[in-house]
This record gives sequence, C-alpha cells and structure tokens, in this order.
Amino acid sequence: MTTVYVPGDSAARAVGADEVALALESEAALRGLPVTVVRNGSRGMHWLEPFVEVVTGDGRVGYGPVRPDDVAGLLEAGLLDGGEHPLRQGPVERIEWLAGQQRVTFARVGVVDPLSTSDYEAHGGLVGLRAALAMAPSDVVAAVTDSGLRGRGGAGFPAGIKWRTVADAPSSVKFVCANADEGDSGTFADRMLMEGDPFTLIEGMVIAAYAVGAGEGYVYIRSEYPDAVRTMRRAIGAAAAAGWLGADILGSGFSFDLQVRVGAGAYICGEETAMLDSIEGKRGMVRAKPPLPAIAGLFGRPTVINNVLTLATVPAVVAQGAEAYAASGVGRSRGTQVFQLAGNVARGGIVETAFGVSLAELVEGYGGGTASGRPVKAVQVGGPLGAYVPASAMDVAMGYEELAAIGAMLGHGGVVVFDDTADMGQQARFAMEFCAEESCGKCTPCRIGAVRGVEVIDRILVGPPERRADELVVLEDLCELMAEGSLCAMGGLTPNPVRSVIRHFPGELGAPLVAPAAPGETGTP
Amino acid sequence: MGAVRAWSPERAGEVIAEHAGVRGPLLPVLHALQEEFGYLHPDAVPLVAKALNLSRADVHGVITFYSDFRTQPPGRRTVAVCRGEACQSRGGRDLAAHAQQRLGVPFGATTPDGEVTLDQVFCLGLCSVAPAALVDGRVHGRLDAGALDSLVQP
Ligand SMILES: Cc1cc2nc3c(=O)[nH]c(=O)nc-3n(C[C@H](O)[C@H](O)[C@H](O)COP(=O)(O)O)c2cc1C
Ligand code: SF4
Ligand code: FES
Repeated sequence: MTTVYVPGDSAARAVGADEVALALESEAALRGLPVTVVRNGSRGMHWLEPFVEVVTGDGRVGYGPVRPDDVAGLLEAGLLDGGEHPLRQGPVERIEWLAGQQRVTFARVGVVDPLSTSDYEAHGGLVGLRAALAMAPSDVVAAVTDSGLRGRGGAGFPAGIKWRTVADAPSSVKFVCANADEGDSGTFADRMLMEGDPFTLIEGMVIAAYAVGAGEGYVYIRSEYPDAVRTMRRAIGAAAAAGWLGADILGSGFSFDLQVRVGAGAYICGEETAMLDSIEGKRGMVRAKPPLPAIAGLFGRPTVINNVLTLATVPAVVAQGAEAYAASGVGRSRGTQVFQLAGNVARGGIVETAFGVSLAELVEGYGGGTASGRPVKAVQVGGPLGAYVPASAMDVAMGYEELAAIGAMLGHGGVVVFDDTADMGQQARFAMEFCAEESCGKCTPCRIGAVRGVEVIDRILVGPPERRADELVVLEDLCELMAEGSLCAMGGLTPNPVRSVIRHFPGELGAPLVAPAAPGETGTP
Repeated sequence: MGAVRAWSPERAGEVIAEHAGVRGPLLPVLHALQEEFGYLHPDAVPLVAKALNLSRADVHGVITFYSDFRTQPPGRRTVAVCRGEACQSRGGRDLAAHAQQRLGVPFGATTPDGEVTLDQVFCLGLCSVAPAALVDGRVHGRLDAGALDSLVQP
C-alpha cells in the first residue's frame, strides 16, 4: 500500500485538490494499484497546489501543481515510486524554498494527518504539554516570558506578561480564548494551522490554561473559515477521547474543557474585547480598557486572549526551552514569524523564518517577484490597517520595531504584493471604505470619520483638480482625528494605509494630476 | 449549503433548546436557526428572546449587527466574492464588478428569480490563490470572470 498525500487545506481545495484526490483513487483502482490517500495540511507552497506527495523509500516526493487530468499520466510515469514527470518537484524536504525556512510553529503543518493523534505524537506532539505539566504553573509562565514570545495577533504584546496578570488574578473561574478571527486580508496562517495541525493549538491552550489556572476555553473562529471550524471541532473531539482535554489531562489531575465558537462576519470581532462580547452573545462592540481582559474578561472573569499562532508556538517554546527559542530573531522580536506571502506574487504561501529577514528577501527571494511578471509597486504589510510600503523601502528588516521605524507594522504577518498597475488612490479609498463598513460604531472619529474619508478621497480622485490641495488638508485633518481620537486600532490605524499612499505615491492621491506641479509643490504634506 | 426546511415554530423551538444550554448561547442559537431554515424568520426573534430570557431588542440588535445573519430567504445558490486587498491585487475589483453585472444585482441582493444571492466578503484566507470566492459554501481560488461564470451556471 502506498501512501499519497493530497492536501485538504482550503487553499488547495480552492484550486482543485478534492478533484485530484478523487481522480487518484479512481485511476489507481482502475490500474489495480493499492493507494491510501491522506488529506494533509498544506506545506504552504501555494503556487504548487494541489501539491501531491508520495511516500517512497527516498522520503516524500512532491508533484505540483497537479490537475485532475494529470493524474493518469502521473501514475503511468510511476508516481507511486517517485517517477520522473514534468510536475515532479523532488524530495519535499530538499526543496530549496522549504529547506531555507525555519519551521517551528508550522513544523507539522503539511507533514501530518491533521486528525491523527498517533501521527501527532510521532512528530513531537505533546512533548511541550508533558514538560509543562511536570513544572509548577508559575515556571511555565516564566518560561514563556523568558522566551520573548510576543503576541502574533498584531499588537506584539509579550505573552508571558499577559499570562502572569491572569495567573495572579484571584478568581475560581478563568478562561483561555484563542483569537481565530483572522480578519486581516492577506493572512491565512491561523486557518492553515487549524486545518493542518489543530492539535498544536489545543496543546498550546492546555498549557496556557495550566499556567494561569483556567478551566474552560474557547476558540473563536470566523465564519468565513468553514473548513477550519469543522477540523477544529473534530480535533477537540479526538483530543478529548485521547485524554488530552477534559478531566485529569494525561493523568496530571488538571482539567480543561474547550469549545469552538463561530463568528458571524464582523471584522471588529477580532479585536479582543469585541470578541469577548461576541462570545457572550452580544453585538461585537469594543470595550473601553481598563479593565484589561486579563483582569475582567469573558463573563467578567480573568481571561487569556491570544492569537492562534501565539498559542500554537507555546508547545515548541516549552519543549525546546526558552533560551533556544529566543536564540533566533532580531532586536526585541524573538524567535520565528510565520509570514504569509499573498496577492500578486509568483510564489505565494507560508514562509516561517526568524524575525529580521528583509521584506525584499520575502517578496523577491521567496516570493519570486510578482505573479504578473511586472515590477513590484507596493507591498501592504500587516493587513488592511497596515501601510503600503513602496518597492524602494523593501530592504526593511521584518521586526516589530524595525517596521514601526518606517511607519509600517508587522500586524499578523501578512505581506500583500501589488504590481505597477495598482491604483494607489483606490487602495487608499478602500482603506476608508473598509473601516466604514466594519466599524463597530462606538466612537465618532471612526464611525463618521471613515465615511467622510471615502467622500474626501472621492473628491480628490474625481473632483476638480484645483480643489485637490484643499481636500488633501481636509483628509490629513481627518486622519489626524481618527488616529488620535479613536477608541481602538480599527479607527486608529486606518489612517496608516491612507497616509502611506499620500507619502509614498504622491502623484496618485496627493499632487494634482492635471495641473503641472510648480517647483516645491509636490503635494506631500 | 445543505437543504433547508420551511419555517416551523415547533422545529425552531427544538433547535433553540438544543443550543440554549451553553454559556453565551445567542450566537450559536442564531447560527443553528439559520442553518436549519436558511435565514432568520421574523417570528424567530420573540421565540429566541423568550427562550434565552433576553429582550426582543437585544436579539434584533445582534441579528442586525452581524453581516452573516439573513432576515430574508437566500437564493437557491449563494455566491460570495472576496473584496480584500490580496484579491484586489489579482483582479478582484474586476471580478467583483463582473459578478454584479452578470447577475444584475448589487452585493447583498438576490436575483429577481430567486436563483442566486450575491454577497461580498472581506477575505477568505485564500489570499495566496487570489482572487477567491465562496460558491454554495465551497472555496474557489485563481478565479477570473469565465471561471466564476461557469461555477454559477446551474
Ligand atoms: C480591529 C482589530 C482587529 C483585530 N483582529 C484580530 C484578529 O483577527 N486576530 C487576532 O489574533 N488579533 C486581532 N486583533 C488584536 C487583538 O485585539 C488582540 O491584541 C490579540 O488577539 C491578542 O493576542 P496576541 O497577544 O497573542 O496577539 C485585532 C485588533 C483590532 C484593533
Ligand atoms: S475605533 Fe471604530 S471599531 Fe474601534 S471602538 Fe471606535 S468605532 Fe468601534
Ligand atoms: S483577500 Fe481575498 S481571500 Fe484574502
């Protein structure tokens, strides 16, 4: 029996992996070839999806991108023995694009059968949890603090410090919530982890719960991710059956219950306090802080809220030790980051590597430039609230402080590439439109400001050219007001992409396009 | 999309009871009702309010806040086109315009024959195989106008 892996990851399914899996089963049966098809997660080489892997004496050999009508020919070419074929990419572990990465959080994604508990343990699963359960809870918190692990949801807050606050808060009921709302466009790592290696998130959440003394947890997944919801629910069932969740976990005496909650199409519910309101069954409105959720969070109880990737990195941190994890990175950004290459990029997907890699290395090196073959014009880093970085600034090192220094932000690690046909004025307009659409409505600068922002940008883009300079002043005032006066980062950071367009692409939003600019009058404020 | 049932207050009561026992039951209850009937019938509001001991205004407020919840029956087929930035960088704006033009309805509307409901969505996590759309709840990537049309054809 030969094992063949065909990803069940949504990105692979979106480009035909289900059809490829079916074709493989039927074509192999026709030829009397004994084949077991396993639906793994994706390796993250999305330009090669559907990416089929065959287990051979020489390890796993990959082929891609495979279309259903390639399958017969592949089998004729000796697919099951790793035979030669134009789609053959060679032994997977030796593919340069992958071999150059440092996969820590994503170590098992694409490798294992996502719902197999035995596969999970065979690939290093539970090592972190077993180690944690043998430690005092406060030592677990200390290890996470010492590792330098920072929140991957966007704000980059040190995970260990948040855990310490929850651990110290006196309460008989505490919660751990995984933020799997992943609303930022250009990001998909949470989704891939939940679809490809869900037990790692569960393990991380159990460790967090043990460290802070929580008995119940929630994974809040956006409804736009139906596959992740399904896989996560099944994984929780399997983990409970294996004794990794529920009462007396792994015989430790510690108990923790976990369930999935599904969002309902509101970007703002990724903001942690809006998420709490949503789990409680309310409109997803942002809460004023203080109190911090770590003190009074879900149902008023002390609550750890961390991003999926933060929690999924915890098992590795505990397993390898804080020092080993902190050994890689740049400045105050320790360890690895799961970058997501998206948009107009030749080789899109997941690049997990130490912080400090340059944006150019990601976009031009790993990404291979644009998919269209045209020059890169801009890269939006960090989701819809992130700045558009011009091609000329791509030598920036990817770290929280390093990006902040050029007016950009890492966010959740999304890197969206645009070629020279992009209309940056329209991109700026979209930032305001998105904010107007998704604002929770609690504060005026955001609720009204974003609507006004769309109107002003429209006047700049299509109104009389002689009015542009004045409208730009209005736009800048509006950005100032939103940045300074908004309650949360939704309204507060929406000016980021807008200002980046004004600053780096002045001809497209700032300077008058029709009237020739007088010397010194570039339109850049 | 699974097959949906015609609205029935009795069945609704059962669905509500199945999900009412969890902490913070409102969203799970609304999701379950929508899955069962395809949308949230106006009569569901008082039923849910009573069962969960909430005011009707509370339930109504939640339904209107979240874009997922429908108060009208959807078309036989549903299409949600991604309008996120990664999709924009790969022709998503044209795809979104094409979908509206082809179906003759704006986002958020159902074709007059009741066949297709067209929605917008902001990112499906398929940004590396953009542009993307959900058709009848199934993910599709690397789309163009022709590919979308053939998916929407019956
Ligand atoms: C508008 C807005 C949207 C957000 N969306 C997400 C999200 O989708 N996922 C996420 O993990 N954090 C999101 N955050 C950040 C969360 O508020 C919070 O900082 C994070 O979940 C904490 O986890 P971490 O420390 O592990 O990053 C968002 C914040 C804002 C202001
Ligand atoms: S900034 Fe916008 S999203 Fe945030 S609290 Fe204010 S209105 Fe709500
Ligand atoms: S932006 Fe369209 S799928 Fe993410």
